[in-house]
Amino acid sequence: MVSIRSIPATPSSLTPGDLPWVIEHREDRCTLCGRCTAVCPVNAIKLTYMRQRMPKLVLTSTERGSSFRTFVGIRQKTEIKNRCIGCGSCEMVCPNAAIKPQPNTMSDRFKFQNTAGGEAEKRGGRRNVPGPNLLDKIIFNRISMLTDPALDAGRHEFYLNTLLGRVLSPEEYIRRKTTGEWIPPVREIFPFIIGSMSFGALSPNMWLGLLQGVAYCNEVLGIPVVMATGEGGCPPWVLKSPFLKYIILQIASGYFGWDEIIRAIPEMQCDPAAIEIKYGQGAKPGDGGLLMWFKVSKLIARLRGVPEGVDLPSPPVHQTLYSIEESVMKMIQSMSMAWNFRVPVYPKISGSNSAKSVLNNLVRNPYASALLIDGIDGGTGAAYNVSMNNMGHPIASNVRDCYLDLCAQGKQNEIPIFAAGGVGKNGNVTQNGMGLIMLGASGVHMGKFMMQAAAGCLGSESNRCNVCNVGLCPKGITSQNPKLYRRLDPDQVAQRVVDTFMAIRTEMKKIMAPLGRSQSLPIGMSDAIGISDESAAKRLNIKYVC
Amino acid sequence: MCRLALKTASEPFSPFSVLQAMEAMQEGYDGSGLGLLLRGLHFTDYSYKAGDPVLSGIAHTEGALHRLNAMMQDLGFEQKYDHEFEVDFSKVEAADRFKYILRVYKKPKSWENFSEEEVEHELMLTRLALRKDGEENGGDLTAFSFWPDVVMIKEVGWPLGVGEALGLNTNRINSRVCMAQGRQNTNWGINLYACHPFFIQGIGTMTNGENTAFIPIKDWLTGRNFPGYIGYQSDSEVFAHILHYVTKQLKLPLEAYKHIITPLKTAELLEHPQGDFLRGLRDACRRLIIDGPNAVIGTLPDETCLLTMDAKKLRPATIGGKPGEWAIASEMCGVDAMIPDRDQSLDYQPMRQHTIIVPPDRQEFKIWSQFDQFPLPQAA
Ligand code: SF4
Ligand code: SF4
Repeated sequence: MVSIRSIPATPSSLTPGDLPWVIEHREDRCTLCGRCTAVCPVNAIKLTYMRQRMPKLVLTSTERGSSFRTFVGIRQKTEIKNRCIGCGSCEMVCPNAAIKPQPNTMSDRFKFQNTAGGEAEKRGGRRNVPGPNLLDKIIFNRISMLTDPALDAGRHEFYLNTLLGRVLSPEEYIRRKTTGEWIPPVREIFPFIIGSMSFGALSPNMWLGLLQGVAYCNEVLGIPVVMATGEGGCPPWVLKSPFLKYIILQIASGYFGWDEIIRAIPEMQCDPAAIEIKYGQGAKPGDGGLLMWFKVSKLIARLRGVPEGVDLPSPPVHQTLYSIEESVMKMIQSMSMAWNFRVPVYPKISGSNSAKSVLNNLVRNPYASALLIDGIDGGTGAAYNVSMNNMGHPIASNVRDCYLDLCAQGKQNEIPIFAAGGVGKNGNVTQNGMGLIMLGASGVHMGKFMMQAAAGCLGSESNRCNVCNVGLCPKGITSQNPKLYRRLDPDQVAQRVVDTFMAIRTEMKKIMAPLGRSQSLPIGMSDAIGISDESAAKRLNIKYVC
Repeated sequence: MCRLALKTASEPFSPFSVLQAMEAMQEGYDGSGLGLLLRGLHFTDYSYKAGDPVLSGIAHTEGALHRLNAMMQDLGFEQKYDHEFEVDFSKVEAADRFKYILRVYKKPKSWENFSEEEVEHELMLTRLALRKDGEENGGDLTAFSFWPDVVMIKEVGWPLGVGEALGLNTNRINSRVCMAQGRQNTNWGINLYACHPFFIQGIGTMTNGENTAFIPIKDWLTGRNFPGYIGYQSDSEVFAHILHYVTKQLKLPLEAYKHIITPLKTAELLEHPQGDFLRGLRDACRRLIIDGPNAVIGTLPDETCLLTMDAKKLRPATIGGKPGEWAIASEMCGVDAMIPDRDQSLDYQPMRQHTIIVPPDRQEFKIWSQFDQFPLPQAA
């Protein structure tokens, strides 16, 4: 049957009220300056002419009954590609507070339609599960009261650092020292690490700002912060700079950027902090990295050794992979060898039921320096919705299981476990991180939190913004378009990095002091934490408190 | 907070004198328990032969005593001396005490060809077997120590009261080293195994204060799978086990203990003559870092005594005395009470970097600082 075309009602016709974010525009305040439409990263709003009937009562038959006026106003587009992402940029630039995005609290019909052209929904950013997560619910309840009065967070000296690297058993350490054999490299670092975000996913200004902040933390404040590159290499000037020692270089299945790195080795002034081999990522487990073509600029293309403007999907597995054991062993060994066994090399995997097997494999590999597990709440530059929302393993129980497994073997000091994925997701970064440390992690990686804290990323778990994948980042954090990333001042980012780490340091002391801990990081101090969720307490083997 | 007293003298003395000294420090304990460790034994009615293992414990029922006798016999031990305490049960708070055990045994014939290490291991296993047997039978048998030249007594009550109840004032047992702890109950219920001093293979320590890093340390020690690293009814037991681990397993000198429980900071180690080795040692033993406040007082099999502090809140302790006779106590008045006739101006309260070592000759005590070099195997 032929459809009636006069009513615009295709299966995909949407109204603004069907979209996740609805623009509220007050025509009475709007001066039609056009700033909002100019700033909108997705062209969600347009200035448009509209016609309004002006009815009036006419008593003579020679005149027409109504007249019309034409005016200019703001309208929200309803095409999927132009849907409002709620970033609020328009609100930010509006001089008259005339416009703002509102989350759609009614049914979000858009979800059912966001498959135009057969493309499943993709986005950047984070998992969309709002509200407190399990880590937010952990409380620290072993308060020093009686025979060990609490410490003074402001005046006592605290040892807050952790170790990244393979630590030998005391017996083996003494044996090797006596015989002069190789002792694996160990780095003493701050336990909150800026997690892997690639040069490519991040804009040059963001990257520079982070690095500047990290350098300041190390060199001026004495907080040994390190940051990890994602897949995609490292700018050559950094490779040859003394700042390399603050950087964990990541190698992932696309090997992007490694030509440059390997070539730069002879000219390096210092060793990198560590090498991270990425086998998996919490946001999209079992999937390779993805840099969408929008972001493959000239600079990125050069760094990665690829043509400009093409999608860069990395394979889900390393090409050397025959079996994970073999791959891990070979890669760890070759990366160690590249720096003459002076640099810790560790794998990063996505949280998974199988994390324990990977860990046990590493325990037997004398060159493996650590294990980083990235839980389901991790973020990404680009992934399919379904991967981000539904694939993976929450970090808390994964880390706990692995830690207890190491304890059973007495090896918890030998292979440090690092945790990632949702640390600071709701802003409680120190509490989340210390919770994980007391569950057994040696430190935590945080990505999204740093973008939010250091650069004002707009993303939220209610699917605000989250367009990091298409290079339209309204803040200039995840864009390769100079028009956008020049919005971000690296100096200001650096300042925020420093502010953030100083605050974390203070909060760590504020947590450790009442627990009576100051001499070492309370890794695995599970007697200090509790949770008001009985089944979680049981699962994590910590105290249930109510 | 508990009260601690240790006296070491070249001439054996009665433990009761130490209990009397505890009286001086009375505000610090609540009568929930007394622990005693005697070393360098001298019995008035028995001439003790060095090397014979001494079993200390309590049989809470007659049945337990029979089982103990049978077990020791089966293991091939020959009983040489059974010390009969002159117990006044009316003064003992607990009702379930059948017999306080202090027995000297002769090692089984089958051990003749054992190395020293094997003998030590077997002695520990025997103690653990007795302990396990007690635990499996509703706690009717308690074994504190089984080691040459060491006696341990633990009982609920006020120190002087316990001493009188067990007849320790009769001078029948004397020793050259006596450690005593009056307990302030901060643990789970009153458990005799939770009472200091703690003992493992000749090493005894007692501590006051809380060990906030207890769980990670316990988890790590448990992971060694060493049969003696069990118990942990008290968070202070780990201090004894760490000392054992450092000196017996790692075979490091006593000085290393301090470097393991309270390592120097990185910046300090960079300046230290053995900084490179010590930094690695700190990393390797990171899970053994204590987080006081604690004063740790201990003795080693050769009658060396030691005192060391945690690195921050300095639970103070004092050493004082004169050549041939030294006292260590958690309060200065304790030292006064044990050795009143000494030059008080020479008393010493160690700081965070110090270990006080009283060598077996007891001529003087050594103040060893962590910042100093110390004798190490070639490793350093
Ligand atoms: S909130 Fe952002 S995406 Fe929505 S209209 Fe405003 S600028 Fe455009
Ligand atoms: S502000 Fe930029 S980085 Fe943050 S969610 Fe939006 S696009 Fe992504």
